[in-house]
Amino acid sequence: MAKLPKQDELLDFSFDVPKTGWMHTPTEFKEGMYCYGTKPKNLEVVGMPNGHDWSPADEDWHLPEGWKDIVLNGMEDLMKKYRSFKLYMDVCVRCGACADKCHFYQGTGDPKNMPVVRAELLRSVYRRYFTTSGKLLGELVGARDLTEDVIKEWHYYFYQCTECRRCSVFCPYGIDQAEITLMGRELLNLLGLNTEWIAGPVANCYMKGNHVGLEPQTIMSNIEFLMEDLQDITGKAINPSFNRKGAEILFVVPSGDLYAEPGTYTFMGYMLLFEQLGLDYTLSTYASEGGNFGFFTANDMAKRLNAKMYAEAKRLGVKWILGGECGHMWRLVNQYMDTWNGPADFLEVPVSPITGTRFENAASTKMVHITEFTADLLYHDKIKVDPSRNDHLVVTYHDSCNTSRAMGLLEEPRYIINKVCNHFHEMPEETIREKTLCCGSGSGLNAGENMELRMRGGFPRANAVRHVRDKYGVNTLANICALDRASFPALMDYWVPGTKVMGVHELVGNALVLDGEGERTLDLRLEELPKKPAPASAGDAGATSDGEGGTDHV
Amino acid sequence: MYKGGRIIAFAALFCLAVLSPFIVNLANAAPAPETSLDTPAINAQQTKECVASTEYMKDNHMQLLDEWRNDVVRDGSREYESASGQVYEKSLDGTCLECHSNREEFCDSCHDYASVDPYCWDCHDGEAS
Amino acid sequence: MRIVGPLILTLALAAVAWVGTQYAGLYAVFGIVIPYLALASFVGGFVFRLVKWGKSAVPFRIPTTCGQQKSLPWVKQNKIENPSSFAGVVGRMLLEVLVFRSLFRNTKTEKQGEALGVGSAKWLWLGALVFHWSMLIIVLRHLRFFLEPVPGAIMALEGADAFFQIGLPALYLTDLLIVSALTFLFVRRVVIPRVRYLSLPNDFFPLFLLLGVVIAGIAMRYFFRVDIEGVKEVAMGLVTLHPVVVAGIGPIFYVHLFLASVLIGYFPWSKLMHAGGIVLSPTRNQANDSRAVRHVNPWNPDLPVHTYAEYEDEFKDKLVKAGLPLDAE
Repeated sequence: MAKLPKQDELLDFSFDVPKTGWMHTPTEFKEGMYCYGTKPKNLEVVGMPNGHDWSPADEDWHLPEGWKDIVLNGMEDLMKKYRSFKLYMDVCVRCGACADKCHFYQGTGDPKNMPVVRAELLRSVYRRYFTTSGKLLGELVGARDLTEDVIKEWHYYFYQCTECRRCSVFCPYGIDQAEITLMGRELLNLLGLNTEWIAGPVANCYMKGNHVGLEPQTIMSNIEFLMEDLQDITGKAINPSFNRKGAEILFVVPSGDLYAEPGTYTFMGYMLLFEQLGLDYTLSTYASEGGNFGFFTANDMAKRLNAKMYAEAKRLGVKWILGGECGHMWRLVNQYMDTWNGPADFLEVPVSPITGTRFENAASTKMVHITEFTADLLYHDKIKVDPSRNDHLVVTYHDSCNTSRAMGLLEEPRYIINKVCNHFHEMPEETIREKTLCCGSGSGLNAGENMELRMRGGFPRANAVRHVRDKYGVNTLANICALDRASFPALMDYWVPGTKVMGVHELVGNALVLDGEGERTLDLRLEELPKKPAPASAGDAGATSDGEGGTDHV
Repeated sequence: MYKGGRIIAFAALFCLAVLSPFIVNLANAAPAPETSLDTPAINAQQTKECVASTEYMKDNHMQLLDEWRNDVVRDGSREYESASGQVYEKSLDGTCLECHSNREEFCDSCHDYASVDPYCWDCHDGEAS
Repeated sequence: MRIVGPLILTLALAAVAWVGTQYAGLYAVFGIVIPYLALASFVGGFVFRLVKWGKSAVPFRIPTTCGQQKSLPWVKQNKIENPSSFAGVVGRMLLEVLVFRSLFRNTKTEKQGEALGVGSAKWLWLGALVFHWSMLIIVLRHLRFFLEPVPGAIMALEGADAFFQIGLPALYLTDLLIVSALTFLFVRRVVIPRVRYLSLPNDFFPLFLLLGVVIAGIAMRYFFRVDIEGVKEVAMGLVTLHPVVVAGIGPIFYVHLFLASVLIGYFPWSKLMHAGGIVLSPTRNQANDSRAVRHVNPWNPDLPVHTYAEYEDEFKDKLVKAGLPLDAE
């Protein structure tokens, strides 16, 4: 693994452009900037084509026979299947509005990371083989031949895009680099070229139900551990329910929340909440993954992994599905799941058993986001919270790319944070909500061997966190995404040390007042809570003071 | 075609908009006006001669009139010598409209046709002085 | 070469029209045949491109959401930037088409030592808006050559455009604006290093072509005057399908007409088709309602999945050991 450069070395770049045009600038595979190549074994498990041994660092990638036709036929096929792809090959005017919006461009200065140029990597081939002018005039109209070097370049740069859609917000025609990256990766997967960091979890998820490959007994013993901690913190014995038929709700979380800090704290938050509500829910060891690394390979693979959620809901006979905090999981639930694997006519339109709220916005998918669910509880005063238990935290909130730009889940988490925390500060306006900056590790880039890339791609986000740290003393980066929870700790250690990374439901779990609970001395991380001065009237602190303030934001 | 109806409607609307001049003109082939030189003053002339050639006047009469106006108003220069050596008074009413006394047929028909709205007539009434 | 090539091409096209009419006398070619061919290419090509795009499926509902979704009744939805209804989509599209909403968001990022700074950057938006609106007004103004009698609305638009009565014939504001805007769009493409870096010859060509059309038009109106009645006769001949050759119109008119013909003929086969493309853009023309209403993918394939039964079979012992219930008993 490449040694990670120091911060000032990493920032030693400029937004100047090279002397040679991008078409004539060879791609250099720089260690720390790419992930290891796919091993054939993991592709065979799921029946994906052309698995072979290769490494991005190699001169020869051992492309399968007839690779050129495979790619060109693939392009033709995808253009018929996706209007987005066909249209976005044609309508770009190269105005450059997107150029400096990409966090990878902002963190590398590499002009091929400007979304428009990253798209041109593919467009140039499209023009050469699918347009008359390109066939006749070649480079004069921005067309070029498909060569092995082009394939390598695609691999390098389509795995330097987190499909975050930020460019699409600024594009006057809505051209979405995420769509183009998806297509580029789909083509590369036809040649067996992915990354092991993505292919491994895909195979795991297919066979074992989750990305890390947790088997049922491992899940259960992890959970047992977490529940012991919760008992230490709250004095309550909680028994989460798994694979239980006849429950009202199937609860699906990203598997990171089941085993890795700080996601596990978020999971503890969910469990405390459900315990307090007496919710009739079950988790599943089979559908134990909300996320979907299949989406980072090819559409079909994503659909196959996603199928487990509805299948398990049907088998268990639940009424509806509740989904945990995860970014790309929710892009897929919102924009893909029902289309892929619906209609879910065996489920009912979700109704909160606590408030009676009918989630009309989820009338067809039958799946509700946990922050929608919790915001509804708080709005109806169905749970009691003590925000002062989070007084040691000065919180800012990171919108994940997917929930903001492929869903629009902006106010629900903010409403919750404002209810359960007393110290909340937004990052600058151009770095949040629909303009949010990516963690730099989305879309399957959260590996170890590409740490330099991640630190670069996450730099713009870290830059904004540093801004609020210096201005307001922010020490906590709240989020609703498992990839954020997995990747931000390293990013914060590197750029803004001392910043904690926390799921919103960890904050909820901290603040939630359970029935018959004594005063808490520990937060969900088993860290001592600062001693409170004896309050005049203990107990009802939270819900009142900041409550009205919260609604101002919605 | 997904949402094909809407795409076809959009295409039809586009065609309608672009081809609207054709459609509007289907029942209307308004011919270009003939500029009439049939006035008593012109008919009375032996050699029919204007202050400049017809070609020049067609393209540039507005320019000439503008120059005349500036010459007269600003410099008091009132005499214009044409290419043929003939001297004219720089005057719309006194010179031009003397011969072209048929403003409607000579001036307006063309101006209307080309949708030109000169402000000459804001002051001049179009009658020879 | 990326810049000079298209410039030379544009100048050559202008020269072709000048020589072709002034010296070769091909008035019927430049005044009748080419305009008709260009129009056919424009209309036919535009429709062809729309249909071709339309033939590609829209498998998923993928709007780029730029505001709060519709969720709980007390959460205020952003109905335009994150539409959940057809009306919202129409509103969003109108904002994009009429005032370039997304471009208005533009910012610029700068590296300031160890930090990134983000500043406002509205110039591209302004330049683009001024160009497109001027273009629209100019096109509408030109209807005076294609309609007889000229409708009052067109005359009023013209009057408004020449409101200041500067010069003779009165200067059109849009002439001034479109030249400024096109010049700006050209200059930024050359001067901003990264924009120059990503520009192709086919980005410069339409700019030169547009500038060529505009400059020829301006030259004709203000400097090398032509017989405007003759021009209208030619135009009316074209739109009444009784094309005529009118003698004595200066060659600058044919330069203007030829460059305009090239522009519209080239339009559908180039990036200029963004005009039609924006309306079909799936990230802008769809409602974010796919959780409430199922979107159907016409090619949704049936695919093998790893079923629960298979899973249970493989992990039977482990499930039992973990105290989890089995289906197969």
